[in-house]
Amino acid sequence: MAAPAAKQEGFYDCRDAWARTIEELAENDPRIVAVVNDSVGSSKLGGFQKKFPDRLINVGIAEQNMVGVGAGLANGGRIPFVSAASCFLTGRALEQVKADIAYAGFNVKLVGQSSGVAYGELGPTHHSIEDFAWLRPLSNITMVVPADSWETAEAVKWAAAHEGPVYIRLSRMPVPDLSVEDRKFQPGKAELVRKGSDVTIIACGTMVHLAVQAAVELEAEGISARILNMATITPLDEAAISAAASETGAIVTVEEANIHGGLGGAVAEHTSANLPVPIERMGFPGFVPTGSVEWLFDHFGLTAAGIARSARKAIGRKRG
Amino acid sequence: MLKNDLVDTIREKALWMRRRAFTMVYDAQLGHPGGDFSAIDIIATLYFGVMRYDPKKPDMPERDRFIMSKGHATGALYTALCAAGYYPEDWLKTYMQPQSKLNGHPNRNYLPGVETNTGPLGHGLPVALGIAIAGQMTNSDYRTFVLTGDGELQEGSNWEAAMSAGNRKLGKFTLIVDRNRLQQGMGTEETNGLDPLDDKFRAFGWDVEVVDGHDVGALVNALSEPPGGRSKPLCIIANTIKGKGVSFMENKASWHHGVPNAEQYDIAMEELV
Repeated sequence: MAAPAAKQEGFYDCRDAWARTIEELAENDPRIVAVVNDSVGSSKLGGFQKKFPDRLINVGIAEQNMVGVGAGLANGGRIPFVSAASCFLTGRALEQVKADIAYAGFNVKLVGQSSGVAYGELGPTHHSIEDFAWLRPLSNITMVVPADSWETAEAVKWAAAHEGPVYIRLSRMPVPDLSVEDRKFQPGKAELVRKGSDVTIIACGTMVHLAVQAAVELEAEGISARILNMATITPLDEAAISAAASETGAIVTVEEANIHGGLGGAVAEHTSANLPVPIERMGFPGFVPTGSVEWLFDHFGLTAAGIARSARKAIGRKRG
Repeated sequence: MLKNDLVDTIREKALWMRRRAFTMVYDAQLGHPGGDFSAIDIIATLYFGVMRYDPKKPDMPERDRFIMSKGHATGALYTALCAAGYYPEDWLKTYMQPQSKLNGHPNRNYLPGVETNTGPLGHGLPVALGIAIAGQMTNSDYRTFVLTGDGELQEGSNWEAAMSAGNRKLGKFTLIVDRNRLQQGMGTEETNGLDPLDDKFRAFGWDVEVVDGHDVGALVNALSEPPGGRSKPLCIIANTIKGKGVSFMENKASWHHGVPNAEQYDIAMEELV
């Protein structure tokens, strides 16, 4: 396993919020069950297992069966949360996700843990940076990428109440809570984290707090950057993207994912067809070299300074 | 119903299903008639001799479930659901036509009575396992039946599910293997052999019964729950004949997805009486 990131004051692993919330929900709804592939620990479901030993189904290291079992549990009236490292959940079981969950439309919640490059030095076999591109065309799966602990808890609560397939993508990288007034989790809606008029930075998951830092840096130079937390990748908030394009004229997308087919791809699809503006897509271009998460973020410019650099570049590409 | 009457009823239904399925395939010039015919006696036995269900309440929680893992054999499944009363016979005429509810592989969102979407092989057993686990967790009385092809068992996902089912001692879970020994191109044993299939399932913690998959009486016996129930999942290896019932189709891999011309259709209809 990757070495845990150094503990930083005010930074939290969203898996803790997930685990707390699923335990609370399960207390009140006996239909909620968890399905894992020998992933109790990495899913932080030890507490759930203690409280509800009969409601945790560990199929062992068998992802295809795990996802199929999830569909069957939904057929049997349960509300299954299928939780596993997102690289194996979405990659190994992709056909089950497509046919048994998306196409069949079962009320199953897929929870991808330790997504992106959270496994750092373990390398691309254990990274999950392709999941956005794999799951985006399965458009009846609501795909949610929480940016902090609060949003994680809200997304899990919403998913439990929502009738239909959901994919929640979590990291294991500690992130700070975002500072947004009167927050309300709205699936399919971008969250305006910061107002701005010169450029819009659209980020998700672990990248949102870095985008906020970039905006602070840019403000010192007199650049007003709007920050959108695009926690829902599917369905995409196209209205917020259109507004960003028409009102700020330049966009930066930032995701802990492959830039092909992910958030940046989705934003570019929408703007190129409707309101073409300069876009800088930040993320990973493909398989990444060996390195810690911190090194990888730095190497690929996924830092406040790197995001600010992309913002300046996007602004520089505006016409006129 | 007396056993003999029950067997006669099932045979009648199976005959109707074969004739109707073959007509669907002939009209559409599409389908998988070989696998339809190897499976029809099994499916007819389930729907008309074994399972508890109410076609007026397809979502009834306590219904017995049937999962058609060999989803390509829609001729067998769609005629069974129609005969069971889930939808009118008119619907069968739309088989594989544009916008039809009767897709080439079953979709639960299109048709009542379809428990899950199948088509890609190796999907039915894991989903059925989940249904059986849900039943076990809630102390429900329903039984879960899943029919796989034999060639389909070359998919590894089946063995993930088989291992899990054996370990969970799911006594209300029954797998029927349509053992016609032919996959789409050639024999199972010359492709990637499955024998000894019974030993494989026993080793995975299952009870195993081997029956003639066209002997309706034997199927009724094998599929009926013994007094006191079971403490392990049950695998019924049903030895079948691909294309069963039509002389020129029997045991021919080419009828996996072969479709009849007019002359062949007429001969088949003369034989299926």
